[in-house]
Amino acid sequence: MTAPEPPHPVEARQVHKTFSRKTGEVVKALDGVSFEARRQTLTALVGPDGAGKTTLLRLLAGLVTADDGRIQVLGLDVSATPQAVQDRIGYMPQRFGLYEDLTVQQNLDLYADLHDVAGKRRETIYRQLLEMTALARFTRRLAGALSGGMKQKLGLACTLVRSPDLLLLDEPTVGVDPLSRRELWEIVRRLVRDQGLTVVVSTSYLDEAEFCDHAVVLHQGRVLAEGMPEEITARAKDRVFLASSTAGATARSLQARLFRHEGVVDAVPEAGKVRVVAGASGPPGAGADDGGISFEPVSPRFEDGFMVLFRAAVGERHASAIELDHRPSGETDAPSVEVRDLVRTFGDFTAVNHVSFVVRRGEIYGLLGPNGAGKSTTFRMLCGLIPASGGTLRVAGADLRTSRAEARTRLGYVAQKFSLYGDLSVDENLDFFASAYGLRGTQKRARIAWAKEQFELGPLASLPSSQLPGGYKQRLAMAAALLHEPDILFLDEATSGADPLARREFWGRITALSEQGVTVIVTTHFMEEAEYCDRVIIMDSGRNLAEGSPAEIRAHATTRNGRQPTMEDAFIAIVEKSRGDAREEAR
Amino acid sequence: MSDTGLLGARRRSLRRVTALIRKETWQILRDPSAIAIGVVLPMVLLVLFGYGLSFDIKDLPVAIVDEQPSQESAAATAGFGLSRYFRPYPVKTMAEAERLMANRTVSAIVRFPPHFARDVALGNAQIQVTVNATDANTGRIALSYASGAVNAWLARDTAEGRLAADGAAIGIESRLWFNDANESSWFLVPGLIVLVMTLIGALLTSLVIAREWERGTFEALFATPVRPGEILLSKTVPYFVMGMLGLALSVAGSQFLFGVPLRGSLWLLVLVSSLYLLVALGIGLVISSATKSQFLANQITFLVTFLPATMLSGFMFDIRSMPWAIQLITRIFPARYFVSSLQTLFLAGDVWAVILPDMAVLAVMATLLMTMAVRATRKKVG
Repeated sequence: MTAPEPPHPVEARQVHKTFSRKTGEVVKALDGVSFEARRQTLTALVGPDGAGKTTLLRLLAGLVTADDGRIQVLGLDVSATPQAVQDRIGYMPQRFGLYEDLTVQQNLDLYADLHDVAGKRRETIYRQLLEMTALARFTRRLAGALSGGMKQKLGLACTLVRSPDLLLLDEPTVGVDPLSRRELWEIVRRLVRDQGLTVVVSTSYLDEAEFCDHAVVLHQGRVLAEGMPEEITARAKDRVFLASSTAGATARSLQARLFRHEGVVDAVPEAGKVRVVAGASGPPGAGADDGGISFEPVSPRFEDGFMVLFRAAVGERHASAIELDHRPSGETDAPSVEVRDLVRTFGDFTAVNHVSFVVRRGEIYGLLGPNGAGKSTTFRMLCGLIPASGGTLRVAGADLRTSRAEARTRLGYVAQKFSLYGDLSVDENLDFFASAYGLRGTQKRARIAWAKEQFELGPLASLPSSQLPGGYKQRLAMAAALLHEPDILFLDEATSGADPLARREFWGRITALSEQGVTVIVTTHFMEEAEYCDRVIIMDSGRNLAEGSPAEIRAHATTRNGRQPTMEDAFIAIVEKSRGDAREEAR
Repeated sequence: MSDTGLLGARRRSLRRVTALIRKETWQILRDPSAIAIGVVLPMVLLVLFGYGLSFDIKDLPVAIVDEQPSQESAAATAGFGLSRYFRPYPVKTMAEAERLMANRTVSAIVRFPPHFARDVALGNAQIQVTVNATDANTGRIALSYASGAVNAWLARDTAEGRLAADGAAIGIESRLWFNDANESSWFLVPGLIVLVMTLIGALLTSLVIAREWERGTFEALFATPVRPGEILLSKTVPYFVMGMLGLALSVAGSQFLFGVPLRGSLWLLVLVSSLYLLVALGIGLVISSATKSQFLANQITFLVTFLPATMLSGFMFDIRSMPWAIQLITRIFPARYFVSSLQTLFLAGDVWAVILPDMAVLAVMATLLMTMAVRATRKKVG
């Protein structure tokens, strides 16, 4: 029965897959992808949303049939014998199908039965899995009542009840807070190291690729590069610098300036400086206007190498500046949003527990926290979408409890999900939102023309907004929120789902807005995006854990191995400390 | 291990199905909406249809137009007056009767034409009955009651020798055969079983597969050794059991609450109901697999099963009184065959000539739909 095993557990050759959308548009999900995963290694499929990662994993699991190409999984032809493959692999889809109305134990039992794991073997594996995932205390809890991170761990446990010959994980850490993210990765790496499992994992978090043995960089259905993460990182060798202004310019404005620079591939704020990836070896060519910047070489990271590849593939660069017709009036540093002792309860549950902060005019203020920390609830109260249970809320000088409508005319809101009308064209959406904000006549036309020019939406104006390419959707959403020239802009996870380049453009616009006096409040789950903020507040379980500038927040974490702590290190340190304190108190 | 080979494979398959059925049962027990549709709704329907909804007509106001009073017309009018179903309004002219009808004082007009007495003697008497058919159903029943009243008079007079036996020219078949008590609950409660079975069989199952698609639970399930047939079987069994419980509830209710007789045999009732339940489950599963959306599946199932089961099955409206085109359409809906068998079993007995063809049709439909459901369930995503 045992056929000689081929050299690699996964071998994909020239795989093509196209989908046709309901709109009739044909999408090339995979366009000639070849790669292999070696035995007992961790292979990462890395790329932005829409790169084809999920389709590729589904093909490997035999859930989708390829149009063309050959895929061998565990020596079997997947398209010919999907069931034979499914009998041997473990596959964890992006949204793992836990039965939320079943308990943790019942979910495990179901998968154990489906995989024919019984008796002693079952007891042993349960003990191992529950210990590994730290779920032993929660076996009688309904899966739906678990936190995002615990759900993912349970999903992983269900996938592992029968030690599979190959483990496929589709973005296991999406929607998981940094703490649980780290734990999940620790589990996966231990499986490879200690149990010799072969794992293929997809991720859109570029930093996670560094945990893997082999990285396959995907973009728009093609393989941009593959190799050891170090090899991809090496693409940015001698090109990465930390830039700081000697003329006293803020990191953010320096970042905006450098990002627009011809010789720069990537620029992101980091630790009060700007991390720059140059187009060629050496610091970016010093033009006349580049005076007052000092460049300090640093070692590259995976993301730097990725950006070099990505920039080469995408090519074009967009202006990310924005010029307002009218700047919001008022003194700089005057409080724009004031929150005092804010409380919001849902029944017995306190979602926001006595939170206070002040955002000054023209500031970029970030709300950070794991899922369920209360940031979305805070945000909704700030926008006047739900009333507060207690405390005071002043937005643009208006008390939200008494004059909600007045406050609303002064603020713009970009929702977490794309909330424009997909069937309407760009023009129609802008027209509708302009009318909804009470604009009419010449003024309305002028504002729409402004929005289209500033966001470069002109050429796509007649396209239904659901068919806009990824980054353009975010632009349209932002354009619609700015039509009525608000003083304050609220952005709720506005960059999730955008590729790294689109995210940087987006932040470029936010920086430009803040420089012109617009107050911006954001929530984000990309910890490194906190670097763009003037100040951030870190929340957990509805409470304010820490507040301050990115530098102050970073100071919460200790420097290890001479490496500057990242925002994420700081975040984890703060949340862990607070949870530790809470446990102390409980004792 | 003995686990290789065919026997081991069968044992593993059985184990998977058992696990899935157990999972499905837990989900039903934890889902308030399943309990609501499966248990509460049948009870509500039973009470509603049994007590609240009644097609019986009592004291229907009728204008009696006697244009040339005679002994015969007076006797016929008396027949209406004696009936507890009618309240006669004697009027002189048709115009006056029409006015009463227009302002809704009366719901029907019975007109004895001039020369009625002579025509009776000649054996070609005619009575014009006009019914306000705004409420078509009441109208139809009123019409049939009116014929009943006339027939009663004819029969009485024939028996008393005032009319020649062959003079009874108005021969109208009563549609209220078998419903001796003339109680509509006798007629409605058996029909109710079709609604209960449709609700549990089709409406509930139409949600379960779509729900797994929507919640993304199928993707993980698909990548396991489970086979499509096993998934389908695990979706069928619990709801079949639930449907049978619904049947038991309805039959018990019909016996103890309304005293509806069951003249046929119970085992035959169970058999026919099982067949219909399989058809309903098949419809639900096919729609659910095809739409992958709970909302859409629910809407479509409601349109293709529940509405026809109410309107086109003969449960509320007699199929024979429908236009022929509609009668033709009723043939494609399984509910029609089930209702016909149910009414026969409850009110007439084991009439094989009715039940056998009905069962044959239902069996063919069940096989067809289950085959389609198996075909529609592919372990593919997207």
